[in-house]
Amino acid sequence: MEFLRPATWDEALAAKAEYPTALPIAGGTDVMVELNFDVHRPSAILDLNRVTELTEWTNDGSVVRLGASVPYARIISELSGPLPGLALAAHTVGSPQIRNRGGVGGNLGAASPAGDSHPALLAAGRDVHVEAASVRGTRLIPIDEFYVGVKRNCLEADELIRAVHVPVADGPQQFSKIGTRNAMVIAVCAFGFALHPKNGTVGTGIGSAAPTPRRAVEAEEYLQGVLAERGLWESGELLGTEVVQRFGELVKAAASPIDDVRGTADYRRHALAVMARRTLTWCWNDYGKQIRSAA
Amino acid sequence: MATRTIQGQKNLQNINQASKDGIGGSPLRPDGNLKVRGEFAYSSDLWHEDMLWGMALRSPHPRANILSVDISEALKVPGVYAVLTHEDIPGSKYYGLEIRDQPVLAIDKIRYHGEAIALVAADHPETARRAVKKIKVEYEVLTPIVTEEQCLDPETHGYVHEPHEYKSHAYGNICHEQKLVSGLGVTDEVRAMADVIVSGDYEVGMQDQAFLGPESGLAVPAEDGGIDLYIATQWLHVDREQMAPVLDLPEEKVRLTLAGVGGAFGGREDISMQIHACLLAQHTDKPVKIVYSRDESFYGHVHRHPARMHYEHGATRDGKLVFADCRIVLDGGAYASASPAVVGNAASLGHGPYVIPNVKMHAIALYSNNPSCGAMRGFGAVQAAFGYESQMDKLAAELGMDPVELRQLNAMSEGDFMPTGQQIDSPAPVVELLQRAKDMPLPPPLDTEHLDVRALPGALSNTSHGEGIVRGVGYSVGIKNVGFSEGFDDYSTARVRLEVIGGEPVAMVHTAMAEVGQGGVTVHAQIVRTELGVEQVTIHPANTEVGSAGSTSASRQTYMTGGAVKLAAEAVGRALIEKGRRRYGWTHQDITLAGGKVVSESAGVLVPMVDLLGDEAIDLTREHHHRPTQAFDKETGQGFGHVQYTFCANRAVVDVDVELGLVKVVELTAVQDVGKALNPLSVVGQIQGGCTQALGLAVMEEIIVRDGKVRNASFTDYLIPTILDTPPIPVDVLELPDPHAPYGLRGVGEAPTVSATPSIVAAIRNATGLALNRIPVRPEHLTTEQPG
Amino acid sequence: MRVTFTANGKPVEADDVWEGESLLYVLRERVGLPGSKNACEQGECGSCTVYLDGVPVCSCLVAAGQVQDREVRTVEGLAEETGELGLVQQAFVDAGAVQCGFCTPGLLVQTDALLEKDTQPSDNDIREALSGNLCRCTGYEKIMDAVRLASARKCAGEVS
Repeated sequence: MEFLRPATWDEALAAKAEYPTALPIAGGTDVMVELNFDVHRPSAILDLNRVTELTEWTNDGSVVRLGASVPYARIISELSGPLPGLALAAHTVGSPQIRNRGGVGGNLGAASPAGDSHPALLAAGRDVHVEAASVRGTRLIPIDEFYVGVKRNCLEADELIRAVHVPVADGPQQFSKIGTRNAMVIAVCAFGFALHPKNGTVGTGIGSAAPTPRRAVEAEEYLQGVLAERGLWESGELLGTEVVQRFGELVKAAASPIDDVRGTADYRRHALAVMARRTLTWCWNDYGKQIRSAA
Repeated sequence: MATRTIQGQKNLQNINQASKDGIGGSPLRPDGNLKVRGEFAYSSDLWHEDMLWGMALRSPHPRANILSVDISEALKVPGVYAVLTHEDIPGSKYYGLEIRDQPVLAIDKIRYHGEAIALVAADHPETARRAVKKIKVEYEVLTPIVTEEQCLDPETHGYVHEPHEYKSHAYGNICHEQKLVSGLGVTDEVRAMADVIVSGDYEVGMQDQAFLGPESGLAVPAEDGGIDLYIATQWLHVDREQMAPVLDLPEEKVRLTLAGVGGAFGGREDISMQIHACLLAQHTDKPVKIVYSRDESFYGHVHRHPARMHYEHGATRDGKLVFADCRIVLDGGAYASASPAVVGNAASLGHGPYVIPNVKMHAIALYSNNPSCGAMRGFGAVQAAFGYESQMDKLAAELGMDPVELRQLNAMSEGDFMPTGQQIDSPAPVVELLQRAKDMPLPPPLDTEHLDVRALPGALSNTSHGEGIVRGVGYSVGIKNVGFSEGFDDYSTARVRLEVIGGEPVAMVHTAMAEVGQGGVTVHAQIVRTELGVEQVTIHPANTEVGSAGSTSASRQTYMTGGAVKLAAEAVGRALIEKGRRRYGWTHQDITLAGGKVVSESAGVLVPMVDLLGDEAIDLTREHHHRPTQAFDKETGQGFGHVQYTFCANRAVVDVDVELGLVKVVELTAVQDVGKALNPLSVVGQIQGGCTQALGLAVMEEIIVRDGKVRNASFTDYLIPTILDTPPIPVDVLELPDPHAPYGLRGVGEAPTVSATPSIVAAIRNATGLALNRIPVRPEHLTTEQPG
Repeated sequence: MRVTFTANGKPVEADDVWEGESLLYVLRERVGLPGSKNACEQGECGSCTVYLDGVPVCSCLVAAGQVQDREVRTVEGLAEETGELGLVQQAFVDAGAVQCGFCTPGLLVQTDALLEKDTQPSDNDIREALSGNLCRCTGYEKIMDAVRLASARKCAGEVS
């Protein structure tokens, strides 16, 4: 096994090109577990800790370019304004110590269906992109296309994740996660929800309830339809129980969970419906308040 | 003695502490400073310059025949010093706590998932891992025998151990059995005497001790052909008893020293890596360290027996119990471990702290291809308490009575008889414990105005902002025995030495007691101060140079080894006074030791100890035996089986998110009679820790086994309570002395673990109205797996 | 490979480090600092918590090669320069927050970090900050007491 320590991003890309089977490590919160328990013996480990630009973020007012290694703790403390859904999700990741090390890049690289960032990224809008780079160049991958299977993403062997581009929130966002413990728990299932009043859309993200993280597309379309038809974006009036219920049912229907040691498929579906109803209600209540206070 | 030294380990040397606190005080732990400095050497911290790392190959199958084992490729890995199978064992190939039915390394057969087959010693853990993977084992995989129905039908499903191999009273995949009948037993006539009958089937999942310090130790070969083992264990001498025949050494050449122990809770009562490390050290003539990883720890020690129980209780219209009938089936897994004692406890304590005129009980432990189960805090009594306390709530509901009043109406007290016929001959304040739990002020209701999600079910997972949350309150009480039972002479040994060091009298305490965190060393120092009137006390490292201290289990160490320290200190004190009488011709009958002096109550100070002792040391060893007990009659369960009983009552307050099935325990009150609190701070700490393990069993802890395979051997999926899951735990301690026990004390550690689980489940039932017959209660049990 | 870094203010060097080794292993087995504990080695217990460049992290999840030229502070570095126990260490002993003590080193580092940031945390703040540190012995009540005690002493010390 080799240990590669590039000092710059260009060196990192060159190393990945030279050692395409090298396993990138940043926060180490997934990679080291696999090494410690002999799950994985990569040919080389590619340490990204010295590449400082990975731990930086920028906000141009409409999009946050979030470096792959910005730790969750800083997402919570520095980005809960522009990225409220992701900040809530970050707050449910592991423990404070894990949140000090882990970042979204690692979550995307591992592409576990249980990764906490994914539902929040999926819900954050249609324009969320993963910035992947190699010596061949840089590409922006739409988040919907990024996850291709259980713990598999669409990165090429020579590519590394540089950043994720997330639109600045223009409406309320929420994130809920089920665990059988009140802290430090891997998601039994999770749900991210966001209102995007500027373009009249809503975003959803389902975690741990399908082979990959996924959106609840029909639920989004149903809700967008109702909001538009009834002029609710403008009025901010209550949605009514029927709409909330229907939305929950459609989210539930979008999942295809399994039974495992963390929970049953039935429970996951049930909990998704409840979380969908609650997060929608919280967001809509906040949105209604904003509308009324603006009026 | 080891001829090679272990790297600077301060707790493997004497620890000295000065304090004025005798019994009843709460002096600081003598090992506390080392522990907070990171200088306390746990068994996994030991290091030796030329040491090797040991590792085991474990079976991926729960039941299989081993057709061949090929170690040749593993031996070729550079850095590998030895690869051993059962063929390399010099002595006996079996060990076991009560029954020697477990092979040190698998012989032709695999009986559980994770059974050790071969050992490797190498220069680095990674070298050892690579070599382990190169050992080739050919298996004939067999269908595992895992359910009660399969176990009890061996003609169809086979035997876990062939009947001709049984080394005990086992028969037909039943490792151990205990029946009990008292009064008229339970017959149709007896049933007819009850106005109301409630029954239920209850299930308890497999809990793990989940101590944080992994199994580990360092075996050092000695020049005399013997071996020195530095080890984390609960009972040095019983380890040695099992090790010596395997290593083909006389016991005196197998020397054990207790290294730092990172928690135990029953999980270190059995042998884990002790013999493996010594075998590798013998073969390589090098020190060998073995440290289990967390997943190996789940395979490498026994767990709490999962249980299936059927209870039936009959009562009169006004709530007086008429009869109780129970069948308890414990899954003991592949090897016996402590199963016989667990069955004995379940049978004798399985009807709870209640007076019941007519009783029947049948408890068994199965042999199966599931992981072996043995000792864990409160064993046998924990499982049963969930059954009988669930029944009390069910009966109270059926009768329309208050559940606490129903319990109090039937509660036992001093002078009453256990279903075993044993009279309770010391305080049994069950009524008062319950009353105190009930009378404690309740926590304030959920503050919906100023919600902090961290205080809600789900906490930071942000699942509720107050929606769906319902509060519930539940009560329970439990009974546990203290010490080893059923005729076992459960003695402890202590050596106390008094001498002058640096111009001051200093007492040294030397026992083989395993300090596993409980604070035994603190209490030993307190006892010596009280008995000898000195301030300076030295704790000698625990080792096998002194006689057995028995196990740090069964809530027994303060009673038993504390009792031995008291006897030895008293003897030293008497010898000192006798020396003074000889030297000075004292005739006073009122001589005591206090403040480093020999004092007469009437005549004042007679002489400072330093003057009386001079250069001489008084060094005496005493054994402490508790009063004898009897085996239970196999058919009737009658007998004076237990040394002492201990009781704890709890009140749990929970918030349940009834839509999501998530639970937050808001408060868990414990009221316990401890006889005499030798160290009040430690007593409260034991009760709070015991309650928290009970909380874990109530709502999250279970080793999930499917078809004999462990599915969650990690701290990622075997969840224990975090600080956000654990509520404030108010503790109310009663001190009603037991006249049979040293200082009147009563063992503390297990009672809260027995009693607290049912109170939490009762509180969840109170919030949800659901039956909840299985623990741990999971979110799906509160939601999707309920009718409607 | 060779790894050099600063541990508790002193330069340390480890040779023949296997590339897959963790910082925890290097601390415990190679540079004589076994105070950080090996309870789970998967970031689920917090027993191995150390400061890495001033930030508390699980040392089991840091690859040894990642600490090259960086600063590590462990439980062994929490005592005062005089050799006296540090404030948080003393509070844990005094409050009875130490039983078996295996979780203690990680809790001490994490508590130290909490009180550095916030000298008077609320109970919920304490619970959140320590939610990644498992303890199996105490039921956490005495740990809560210890953190409250350390907080009170720290505040009193800052006033005087």
